[in-house]
Amino acid sequence: MATKTHNERAWLFVIPVVLLVAFNAVIPLMTVVNYSVQESFSQGVWFWSGVEWFEDTLRSERFQAALGRQLLFTGIILAIEIPLGIAIALTMPKKGPWVPVCLVLMALPLLIPWNVVGAMWNIFALPDIGLLGYTVNALGIDYDYTQQPISAWVTVIAMDVWHWTSLVVLLSYAGLASIPDAYYQAAKIDGAGRWAVFRHIELPKMNRVLTIAILLRFMDSFMIYTEPFVLTGGGPGNSTTFLSIDLVKKALGEFDLGPAAAMSLIYFLITLAVSWLFYTIMTRQEEG
Amino acid sequence: MARITLDTLRHSYMPNPEGPEDYALKEIDLDWEDGGAYALLGPSGCGKSTLLNIVSGLLTPSEGRILFDGQDVTTLPPVQRNIAQVFQFPVIYDTMTVYDNLAFPLRNRGVAETAVDARVREIAVMLELDDMLGRRAAGLTPDAKQKISMGRGLVRDDVNVIMFDEPLTVIDPHLKWKLRSKLKELHHKVRATMIYVTHDQTEALTFADKVVVMDDGVVVQIGTPVELFERPAHTFVGHFIGSPGMNIMPCTVDSGRAIVDSVPVATDNSADGATGRTEVGVRPEFVAFADTGVPARVVRVADTGRHRVVEARVAGAKVHVVVGDGVSVPDGGAFLAFAPAMTRIYSDGWLVGGAH
Repeated sequence: MATKTHNERAWLFVIPVVLLVAFNAVIPLMTVVNYSVQESFSQGVWFWSGVEWFEDTLRSERFQAALGRQLLFTGIILAIEIPLGIAIALTMPKKGPWVPVCLVLMALPLLIPWNVVGAMWNIFALPDIGLLGYTVNALGIDYDYTQQPISAWVTVIAMDVWHWTSLVVLLSYAGLASIPDAYYQAAKIDGAGRWAVFRHIELPKMNRVLTIAILLRFMDSFMIYTEPFVLTGGGPGNSTTFLSIDLVKKALGEFDLGPAAAMSLIYFLITLAVSWLFYTIMTRQEEG
Repeated sequence: MARITLDTLRHSYMPNPEGPEDYALKEIDLDWEDGGAYALLGPSGCGKSTLLNIVSGLLTPSEGRILFDGQDVTTLPPVQRNIAQVFQFPVIYDTMTVYDNLAFPLRNRGVAETAVDARVREIAVMLELDDMLGRRAAGLTPDAKQKISMGRGLVRDDVNVIMFDEPLTVIDPHLKWKLRSKLKELHHKVRATMIYVTHDQTEALTFADKVVVMDDGVVVQIGTPVELFERPAHTFVGHFIGSPGMNIMPCTVDSGRAIVDSVPVATDNSADGATGRTEVGVRPEFVAFADTGVPARVVRVADTGRHRVVEARVAGAKVHVVVGDGVSVPDGGAFLAFAPAMTRIYSDGWLVGGAH
């Protein structure tokens, strides 16, 4: 039996990482927690307010509306990007000189900074001078994302699909590339059709990367800020004011620190809960 | 079930092959009888997997034809050839149960569900999978998965040939022989033509009625395991089959007789017609120490448990001698005697007077 050596000095080695995590995560988070349970009238004067801000936030129509818009947006882009990404990955060549070309083309949108994406689409979709906006109007469709909520939504979604479908494509492609040829050969011999090959071979083998793709797209789209902010600024009206835009309005625009802190904690908990759910499903699949 | 004929088959993976070195298969003429159990044996890269893929239809040969029961199927896709194949790594449909896996080929062919059920249960009993039909196939052991792959071939009664591409690679050693004898038993039951590709001589020799030995894109010998052991048609066969392989010593020829290290050696065949490089081949089992004979020098002795293998040098060539218990091994210099009926002369690798 080996005896364990106890040396308390070992804790010294942990200090750097503890400090790092404290300064970049724990302390800011605890500040927010601190704000969320207090009321401030002026600089430096604080009163204990308990869970009042949480109750207010959850009851407020403004928060509920923003949350509703957020869920709708995330739902729509997941429903488009995941199937579209899989479909594109399936049509990409498996070997040959076109593989790197396709991969680079696919990766391009991912390399563009988010505010640039917003600015690009802002100009691209302008009804009077933008290529897209002008063309759509020339086709006889009344389209103006600065005035009509529907147009604004379509534009925000199109922008997100353009920006992020590539990620799903690349992940799915990686999943597909890991399937040995023998599976396709066996399926041929078993007389399986194209759909059966997809349903029984490709989809199960992509299972894990798809879970990761959905998780990443969920988290990113649920926290989306820069692109719609640059494109529409949350408008027209409040129609594209998603949770993070609303949060920034409240915290920095109205300087309502207490309610804003409560709201950001609720926001954080929702994201955390859904991510945990995905993680649980994912690990259970691995065991199963 | 079908008789399979390969007619002057050649295949190259290059678009414009020139010399013979560009061909993965140089020229293959073969007949596989209906209902036979065949093994395709050879080292890695000898072209056996290429040949298998040509038979299954996953690959179209550059030249030549392939016939099933006299019918040309050279350009037919795998589905229309009605073949089954078991791959090196078990291929199973992860999301399905064992039952659905076995039923899959039948359902794809539109077989009625009652017939599917009867057939699946019959095959499951044969493969001893009947107690796990309801389980998901993904969580099973490699040997059970490989049985499912086999089962998917066996459920179809229209199968012309079942092919195995090194199917025991990922199976634990102690389960290998179990699965192998299961396979042999299945062959006796269903009497399907089976082709078993492997680089493992034990697998080939225990499974097959007839073994096709390949080397470098050429069929070197076709024969029963006993023929391959007792009468190798090529030094490659002698060396590749057996453990240790056949001893091969350079020799000169004088009026039909072989002379090794200036000692005449009695052989089964005559050296008449021998040209080029001549060698004498004899298996270690048929070599013994004697008072006179070919001079040798003992280098080392290895005890395998059942017998001892002595390594010696004859005229610079390595020679193994299998020695039974109770026989003393001389130290250093010694003389070797070869059993004349099992000693043969080869020229340029091929058996002199053989069919080649």
